[in-house]
Amino acid sequence: MSFIEVKNFKKSFGDKVVHKDVTFTVEKGECMGLLGGSGAGKSVILRALIGLEKPDSGSIKIDGAETFGLKERQWIPIRKRVAYAFQGGALFDSMTVMENISYPLQEHTNLNEKEIEEKVLKTLEDLGLSGTEDLLPASLSGGMQKRVGLARAIVLDPEVILYDEPTAGLDPFNTIRIQETIMQLKERGVTSILVTHDMPSAFAVCDKMAVLEAGKIAASGKISDLDTKKGGVIYRFVHGEIKQNGYKK
Amino acid sequence: MMGIMAQVNYILERYFDLIGGFWKLFLEFSKEVFTKKIEFKLLQDQIYLVGLKSSVLVIVTAICSGLVLALQFGLGLEKFGGKLYVPKLVSLSFVRELGPAFTSLVIAGRVGAGYASEIGSMVVTQQIDAIRALGTSPMTKIVVPRVLALAISLPILTLIAIIGGLWASLILGNIELDLDTHFYYARIVQTLEFPDLMLAMVKTFVFAIMVSIPACYYGLNVNSGTRGVGIATTKAVVAGTILIFISNFVITKIFFMVIT
Repeated sequence: MSFIEVKNFKKSFGDKVVHKDVTFTVEKGECMGLLGGSGAGKSVILRALIGLEKPDSGSIKIDGAETFGLKERQWIPIRKRVAYAFQGGALFDSMTVMENISYPLQEHTNLNEKEIEEKVLKTLEDLGLSGTEDLLPASLSGGMQKRVGLARAIVLDPEVILYDEPTAGLDPFNTIRIQETIMQLKERGVTSILVTHDMPSAFAVCDKMAVLEAGKIAASGKISDLDTKKGGVIYRFVHGEIKQNGYKK
Repeated sequence: MMGIMAQVNYILERYFDLIGGFWKLFLEFSKEVFTKKIEFKLLQDQIYLVGLKSSVLVIVTAICSGLVLALQFGLGLEKFGGKLYVPKLVSLSFVRELGPAFTSLVIAGRVGAGYASEIGSMVVTQQIDAIRALGTSPMTKIVVPRVLALAISLPILTLIAIIGGLWASLILGNIELDLDTHFYYARIVQTLEFPDLMLAMVKTFVFAIMVSIPACYYGLNVNSGTRGVGIATTKAVVAGTILIFISNFVITKIFFMVIT
């Protein structure tokens, strides 16, 4: 049994059909790259995996448990196990970096203030953010906000992490740092899905990939098995031959 | 003809949707308040922001209203020798109507707009999504502290406004209308009864719900970026104002039915 199973996932927004029939699986401890053109609905899939978006039909199972049709309060135990690293960080702008990262620990653990502070400082250090704990998100750069968002997502030691463009807009040094963090988490057995347009990062950290095209998974499998030669789906994606919304050129 | 009917139908549908949305949010809020733990730190912060920080605005509005009311009644009644009725008229109209209504209207502008724009901005920047994704509830973290804070603060602010307004009218009565301050004060005390003050408190509690629920609803339902935040803010103030006037009439009518 796969750890994450998405089967016949369909989603529309008004008249616009974004996903016609999406099916894929991710095994425990695996990192899957989810690729596709802008507007193909990659983030929608991530949001559906954590209950922020409701599928029109289909099945989403996490660790064998069906999530389709769950009520908001029934999602809470799942959200303690599945973390979402938002593209822009989505930091609480009235809270300092320390308060932002300690938020999930205060909500879901019995750690005391000192233990929480130590854990937050360690996480900040791991992501190269030491010294930012007392700053407000507004005084951080976009890349730093993104990394603080990632720190907040991983601080609770989740079993699954959904990364939404974690390296977009980062300089090469910080891109490599994020890649290393994802690799370290993977070594700890964390299952993850990486939505990205950053192909070097995808090739560096992912075990397998799935490419969204025209509302369906056009190709998926281990990186070594996917056809990266001319004419293959990944080749066409990397070379800009898969347009927005998945329509072919 | 069919076109007009379709238009009317569409408008009615939209209004029923809206009222249904307010009602649903109110029910969720009520359920949360009675079944879940209230976050007192957040409630305290909101009381400070909406209560204490609105006090200057409320006091200035109340003092100016009290002065104008005493002046209008005084100059109007002087011609008929009815100047001595000014304390009675001012106190009754201020406690039963103007104090609660003016205070709630200025709060609808300041706090209603603030709630809608703040929550709307949190939606646009995915902070509300983050609250949910982190296994917590926007109802507990955002809606309940704000609605409760206003429900607690508005009656207190109204009480302050009533004291300020009546005090200002007393000063004006003494200076402009030559009414003795002891006489003025005694007439206020004689006129006002406990049900009058209760009416003011009940009204403002209801007005607080009428301002804060639509403000939170519009904020949470922002869906077109920063432009949507502006639209939500305007709608929140308009809805709050209209609901204050409607509920004011309903509560006053019930009050007189009960009294008589």
